[in-house]
Amino acid sequence: MLIKLTGGTVYDPASGVDGVQQDIYIQHGQIINKPTAEFKVDKEYDLTGKVVMSGAIDMHTHIGGGKGNIARTLLPEDHRADPVYRSDITRSGCGHAMPSTFVTGYRYAEMGYTAGFEPAVLPINARQAHMEMGDIPILDKGGYVMLGSDDYLLRMLTAKKDQKAINDYVAWTIHSAKAIGVKVVNPGGINAFKFNQRKLDLDEQNSHYGVTPRDILQVLATAVKELGVPHPLHVHGCNLGVPGNVNTTLDTIQGIGGLPMHLTHIQFHSYGTEGDLKFSSGAAQIAEAINKNKNITIDVGQILFGQTVTASGDSMRQHANSKLASPNKFVCMDIECDAGCGVVPFKYKDQNFVNALQWAIGLETFLLVDDPWRIFLTTDHPNGAPFTSYPHLIRLLMDRSFRNDMLATIHPEAQKMTTLASIEREYTLQEIAIMTRAGAAKLIGLKDRGGLSAGNWADITVYTNDADRQKMFTKPDYVFKDGELVVVDGKVVHTKWGTTHVVRPDFDPSVEKGLKDYFDRYLTMKLGNFKISDDEITENGRGSISVHPVRAVS
Amino acid sequence: MTVISEVPSPFCGIGTDDLTIKVDGVTLAVLENGCAVNTPAFELPITDTSARVDGKEVSLDVAVAKAAALLKNTSLPVFGGCATDVNGMRALLALADRSGAVVDNINFTGARNNFLALQDSGWINTTLAEVKNRCDLLLVVGTDVEAFAPRFFERYLWNPESMFVADTSQRQVIYLGKAPSGSASTSPNGQTALVHTCSNEDLPAVVSVLRALLKGQPIRAQSVGGIAIADLQSIADKLKAAKYSVVTWAAGALAYAHAELTVQMVCEMVKEINNMNTRSAGLPLAGKEGDQTANQVCGWTTGYPARTRFSRGYPEYDPFLNDSNVLLQSGEADALLWVHAFNAKSVPPVTNLPSIVVGRSGMVFTKEPDVFIPVGTPGIDHAGHAYRMDNVVAIRLKKLRDSGLPSTADVLNAIEQALGEAQHAN
Repeated sequence: MLIKLTGGTVYDPASGVDGVQQDIYIQHGQIINKPTAEFKVDKEYDLTGKVVMSGAIDMHTHIGGGKGNIARTLLPEDHRADPVYRSDITRSGCGHAMPSTFVTGYRYAEMGYTAGFEPAVLPINARQAHMEMGDIPILDKGGYVMLGSDDYLLRMLTAKKDQKAINDYVAWTIHSAKAIGVKVVNPGGINAFKFNQRKLDLDEQNSHYGVTPRDILQVLATAVKELGVPHPLHVHGCNLGVPGNVNTTLDTIQGIGGLPMHLTHIQFHSYGTEGDLKFSSGAAQIAEAINKNKNITIDVGQILFGQTVTASGDSMRQHANSKLASPNKFVCMDIECDAGCGVVPFKYKDQNFVNALQWAIGLETFLLVDDPWRIFLTTDHPNGAPFTSYPHLIRLLMDRSFRNDMLATIHPEAQKMTTLASIEREYTLQEIAIMTRAGAAKLIGLKDRGGLSAGNWADITVYTNDADRQKMFTKPDYVFKDGELVVVDGKVVHTKWGTTHVVRPDFDPSVEKGLKDYFDRYLTMKLGNFKISDDEITENGRGSISVHPVRAVS
Repeated sequence: MTVISEVPSPFCGIGTDDLTIKVDGVTLAVLENGCAVNTPAFELPITDTSARVDGKEVSLDVAVAKAAALLKNTSLPVFGGCATDVNGMRALLALADRSGAVVDNINFTGARNNFLALQDSGWINTTLAEVKNRCDLLLVVGTDVEAFAPRFFERYLWNPESMFVADTSQRQVIYLGKAPSGSASTSPNGQTALVHTCSNEDLPAVVSVLRALLKGQPIRAQSVGGIAIADLQSIADKLKAAKYSVVTWAAGALAYAHAELTVQMVCEMVKEINNMNTRSAGLPLAGKEGDQTANQVCGWTTGYPARTRFSRGYPEYDPFLNDSNVLLQSGEADALLWVHAFNAKSVPPVTNLPSIVVGRSGMVFTKEPDVFIPVGTPGIDHAGHAYRMDNVVAIRLKKLRDSGLPSTADVLNAIEQALGEAQHAN
């Protein structure tokens, strides 16, 4: 089957194509060059006047794993307001803040997304993350495995194990958990919470191990780099949500000494303490630091107003935030000497000063960071807002007058505390395509996604150009996944199963000697039963694994 | 004959995965690390190898077609039991979605005590490895732990080594409500658990007073439920002094009206201890025969726990109205599909409705169902996944033998396919 997409205006930053009318040919699920020999087009789509991009990639979205399912269980009232009926081709489920797995796949696809990456895969909960993602149709998926509060790593640091030993452990964990990256959440803080510490600054010691967050960031960022894992260490920093944490974040950037590092949902880490209410925007300082330090990438974690639920590995900060829960209920867990989690329902209100300023801080960050290849469009779904709000967020970025209209409605004190009104920048379609496609694929290290040149998988989204960018990005004309037409006019017309993206860096197998002893003495599972095998992902006929190359290690 | 080691169990809920099992044809013998729950569950011989329709042996295809035919024109079929592995639950939910069924896990009425508390106010909980390495005080509420999981204490409290508890034999165990049925809770150095018994009916009051004492509220009474206030004060003091206390209960053991309020009282108490400059966490005991598995898979598939109906084309959760026993007795249900791949004794309630049983070999029925399809047991006859009591950890179940029995997922997927074809033929 040869498919031809004819005459669309193509935005393909991966190839440097910025709004050029081009034809695209698809065969066996992949994009090919125009055949040189005689050929017959089996199916042609006339895309004249349409906007063509590759399928969007959400590089940080909580779509798989235990805390998400706790969030679902916690909020039946939220699901009841958004029931999703079954159809001949789709399953029933629920939507809004933390949709069911099937609905997650449908709604992402209906917005033109073809991949999502779960950023907080606890090693011990990785099976669940993959099983949940295994029930998300259409999308490709993958996960970043969480380290940094696990007792094994902290014991290694206390015992002054060398970097090579840590690299082996990190690589082994990536293999065992079937991950494509490594994340650290409140470095060492989740562990410290179990020892009754309630805060942990960048240079504050864990009361049991004597290890600081800075130590942990250093060894993990080094490990990721030395293993050749393309995605830099994915960092949810210290002091999430604490006024004044902008200094912690700046210190984190400086302290990493040029190593590649991705700072996630940086909006939650960009708060100053100025003003009468001792809460102010640190976005300008953060953006300046990002612009200067080319080793740093960020995603924003924009908040948008309304009910949502926050689900995080950061049990320490979530416990502190639980007094703000709305509705008033929350779950915190200490998990298996591995990590933890906290799930706190949240209602962001535009007439609440702090929430309103959080909204402005996120937008300031988007607009003040120069390089769209190093900033990514996220709401930290569902923590800042459900992923279904992305079209609205894109409009805020692309449409200054709309943005200023919205700004005029928020809490008046927050309006005074933001420079947003004076920022003229409007994102271009190409910049949106970089943030949500080419840049994301490059950041994660996906070798054949996020672009529209020959050799890429045919994940393609087609939009009708519309000055109302929210409308445009809400309802694509067509979405192709691996060359199969899955969405027409913003509705799923066909479903399939995506693949699971992983990396497999080398490690010294003797790492298992120490681990086996540790598992036998202290954990609750045998080492052999802990490791996830490929067939666990592929055996039900839905899944497949795509291995991406690691960088050559010097 | 082979011997397989490090075998995980889906039966006990506490994730024991150190069993050694001898496999001789289809006969299993637990050689090491068995217990009163796991050993008989693994060793149960296979007696049914063939499906039956109306009591007569038929091929699997015939049984599947009959099951689909029975489900085809129903208005409110009820899927009870719901005790299987992750893939089995995936198939069960797909079939329920297609047939507009009510899904109800066999242990849900017990688990409801936890869900009502969770969904109203939440909790701070922990998992087994944290217990093993951190717990210095275990408070057991209304539950006989060793009857529930015989190896709980051996594996998670009296472990010889622990990362953060210098001498595990110094750990304190306190029972409130029920007394232990054996001596598993006695520490290796002979220290017995502190036991304060009361009736189930008095447990809510006893727990309330304990919470009040923790908060420093004055109590005028001298005793509650037969337990001296001074004894409860001493428990409160110990909870405050402990570095990492763990409070455990089995929701199903709290078998009295509105036990969810007791669970909520316990969970709120644990939250409050965490605001008293120390740590504490809850540990609900569950995970037996697929109950956590059912709730987890139903959770991500529908948003709700496993007492959910699909009769209006979308999932609707109601922990009371969707009780399968109520629906069967009231006459609302018009067919029963019973799924239990773990326990041959867990047979369906007797009903005159058309009934299909997808069950473990060896089930003995008071009334033969219209269709009986014996299936393999996850973790014995096929690989699979099951959730432990602590909900975070899914264990990888192993295939131990070649019995030829189909998996729950095989059977339910086949029924769903046949039903889909029948629906489209209309």
